[in-house]
Amino acid sequence: MKILTANDLATGDVVWWAGDGWSRLLVEAIDTGDKGEEIGKHEEIARHVVAAYVVDGEMTADGPRPAHIKERIRGLGPTVRPDLTLKPEASDLTQWVI
Amino acid sequence: MYQYDTYDQAMVDARVEEFRDQVKRRLEGKMTEEQFRPLRLMNGLYLQLHAYMLRVAVPYGTLSARQMRMLGHIARKYDKGYGHFTTRQNIQYNWIKLSDAPDILADLASVEMHAIQTSGNCIRNISADQYAGVAADEAADPRPWAELLRQWSSFHPEFTYLPRKFKICVIASPEDRAAMRLHDIGLELVKKDGVVGARVFVGGGMGRTPMVAPEVNPFVTEDELISYVEACLRVYNRYGRRDNKYKARIKILVHELGVEEYRRQVAEEFAHMKTLGLNPPREELARIAEHFADPAYETGLSDDLDRSDPDFALWVDRNVAQHKQAGYAIVNISLKPIGGIPGDASAEQIELMADLAERYSLDELRVTHAQNIVLPYVKKAELYALWQALEANGLGEPNLDLVTDIIACPGLDYCSLANARSIPVAQKIAQRLASNGKDAEIGELKLKISGCINACGHHHAGHIGILGVDRKGTENYQLLLGGSGAEDCSLGTITGPGFDENGIVDAVEKATDLYLAQRTEGERFLDTYRRLGMAPFKEAIYG
Repeated sequence: MKILTANDLATGDVVWWAGDGWSRLLVEAIDTGDKGEEIGKHEEIARHVVAAYVVDGEMTADGPRPAHIKERIRGLGPTVRPDLTLKPEASDLTQWVI
Repeated sequence: MYQYDTYDQAMVDARVEEFRDQVKRRLEGKMTEEQFRPLRLMNGLYLQLHAYMLRVAVPYGTLSARQMRMLGHIARKYDKGYGHFTTRQNIQYNWIKLSDAPDILADLASVEMHAIQTSGNCIRNISADQYAGVAADEAADPRPWAELLRQWSSFHPEFTYLPRKFKICVIASPEDRAAMRLHDIGLELVKKDGVVGARVFVGGGMGRTPMVAPEVNPFVTEDELISYVEACLRVYNRYGRRDNKYKARIKILVHELGVEEYRRQVAEEFAHMKTLGLNPPREELARIAEHFADPAYETGLSDDLDRSDPDFALWVDRNVAQHKQAGYAIVNISLKPIGGIPGDASAEQIELMADLAERYSLDELRVTHAQNIVLPYVKKAELYALWQALEANGLGEPNLDLVTDIIACPGLDYCSLANARSIPVAQKIAQRLASNGKDAEIGELKLKISGCINACGHHHAGHIGILGVDRKGTENYQLLLGGSGAEDCSLGTITGPGFDENGIVDAVEKATDLYLAQRTEGERFLDTYRRLGMAPFKEAIYG
């Protein structure tokens, strides 16, 4: 699958294209097919986001999983600060990232 | 400490309002990101892996308690309750909102701070020896020179768009505590026949092409130092490569021209500079130097310490350095708790250090390039009370310069340029070697980790260096041995094939085990490596 990610323009938060807008939750990312770059450009012009880009990923039982560790860390938060991640209660975060 | 005059304050205040307007226009859609990006970078605002990141300048690493307290306030109000002290004596905040950035800069300006020139192809924050002004072995106080260089380089129109970023460091002791020769320009203040001048080194740096700066001039008098440095930069600005960012640093120019030819060109430019009368008047240096006059030290203080508490005695032995004034000490606060994040401090810890500086260190702190904090003016009689306060708040780790006092860049946990995580590797190594007691047995060993070839974690200069790389989408770690950022400056050599995250921890332990088995009396890890060479270490690591 193709996943579109960016940063919210005003807050800088990492966001994922969820079909009808942006979500801060990677689990809500959809497969953008071949439309990702076009959506990203449009959303940048609309000043919703900045630095939009498309990454490869796969759909798993736990939801979308980016192919590269960099976007997995983007999706979760820093592995060394589990308290600041989107799943602060999970104990196996690093395994998911690696 | 230096205090802003009306010019300094007006410049910084004007920049805050200028940036406030730029942010407003960006958010209103009157500027594209392409137009806005260089403007935000000129104010230290990056877009990183998780959010905007703000890098705040700490000129030559020196802070007042009031400034430090403001850094804690920013961490709490605008970030997620912490900050990260960097290898260039600055502080970074990882979770900044663009819409908050102008208010943060205004808060900084209220305590004579800013984020100007902490990014971009300009002269960056001037770095210096963290023991400046209190070291017993210095030829002169480097801080007035660092401040003069700061003023000269701030908004210098000729050097705002250099081929690449430019870093200057000033020291004044034979012992180099600031990695001076790994800067674009390194200045070592020395005395010759009673006259203060500087040895000038040009073309050092780390990154993908590490180089130790060669000496370009053995003695430039203090009257002519600014114009000599300006001549060094002019030659670079004229001939430094702008076609390839990987070959754009001054080290490449010096290397390609050869130091003799570079020196000749600088001399030619310097001769021209002399005709222009651009050196700042002596009175200006004297005015600046007044801000750095010795404080009114109490005299007659005892140097004796009650060492009956063994934990305190250990901390004194490891983290406290000799002061030039009898009865005083230089205290190093380690930001490297075992298993912690190197260089990170919570808002509460930052504020506590500010309080302690106010109470015990004549209102002053320093940030070190090794990501620790220094209290430069502590009475020996007050060391025990200070240590107790530090110890109670997670700041009493007695590990300065040990293998657990690791320099680590933010790595892939925070940085969009990184290829691998640095912090977890630092944590695992520290935990391994502290839990089996080898850290104490090993003694001085400077271990430095970078998450990519840009080398913010100074891996080339580590007695043991680790470089994280991306190998087909997975993290891999190369091991280097034999580097040093000190007066015996050298670059590390890669041992061989890389390791995964656990493998690199094992490899470090094998290297240190060999050292423990082979060292002779008084030898540090680095000394043993230099005596034995790479072969036995390779055998121990891969054999």
